Amino acid sequence: METISIEGTPKTPTITFNTGSGFLEIKGRSIPENSIEFYKPLVDWLEKYAAKPQPTTNVNIQLEYFNTSSSKCILDVFKKLEAINKGGSKVTINWHYEEDDEDMLEAGEDYQAIINVPFKMVQVEE
Amino acid sequence: MMLDIYDFYDKMERNNIMLSFKGDITSELLTSILQIMESKLDNLQEEPKIKKKVYNVLVECLQNLYHHMDEVAPEQNDKIRSAIFMIGKLDNQYNIITGNYIKNENVAGLKKRLEDINLLTKEELKEYYKAVLNNGEMSLKGGGGLGMIDIARKTGEKLNFNFAPVDNTFSFFTLNIKISQ
Repeated sequence: METISIEGTPKTPTITFNTGSGFLEIKGRSIPENSIEFYKPLVDWLEKYAAKPQPTTNVNIQLEYFNTSSSKCILDVFKKLEAINKGGSKVTINWHYEEDDEDMLEAGEDYQAIINVPFKMVQVEE
Repeated sequence: MMLDIYDFYDKMERNNIMLSFKGDITSELLTSILQIMESKLDNLQEEPKIKKKVYNVLVECLQNLYHHMDEVAPEQNDKIRSAIFMIGKLDNQYNIITGNYIKNENVAGLKKRLEDINLLTKEELKEYYKAVLNNGEMSLKGGGGLGMIDIARKTGEKLNFNFAPVDNTFSFFTLNIKISQ
């Protein structure tokens, strides 16, 4: 079992994916000009993981900022998770937002409306 | 020709411009502008809510300019690759102004898109955003047409824009975004 990770930068988030425990976390900022390139490895890992997932998969999304270019890629990630959920692993997406950040809460609700996976909205203190 | 720098300065001062730039928009430049603006917003001790809104809208405006550059002029060092950007704060309202060249043949399409966005209510914008997010084609660079919808949604204001004809090939597109407290 392995843990795959991508170190964060001022424009890209830290990604940690522990395939042994079924835990994925995306944390930080996601505002790269070219998001497709950035998210490609994660989408590939999920593809591999989907073949042999853990009984449960927990996903933490804790973004401070994300641009519209990332929003498409995040949807692609969620679509992979939707397939994993359908394939037998119980997936939960924990969408974090700061107390007064209504835009971030709304963004989570947008995904919740599109993706057929249980979402938990988690409010965090600033 | 001698530029009247004081005239420039005075106009910028009166409009309370915090930062402005004219030139080629590169990824490194965007990183710097965003860092500078973030520390300025911190120094102004803006509420986190306002700070985030301004930062988010700024990212979309600047990345619009960035993605647009290659469309109008793939070659480097071309005058029309140049764009202008300004951000200021007057009477508790942030103003983000961008300007860039656009091919005349693309004016009608963009104008229609912006006008359509301006017709939508808050709820309709939310639905439209979700529809484009879920079904829209993604451009190679990832724009996907969500930027303007997102700006309209986050600011809660109509998009204020203008197209000024330049010559037979180009017009100059100006976008003026207001973010109220």
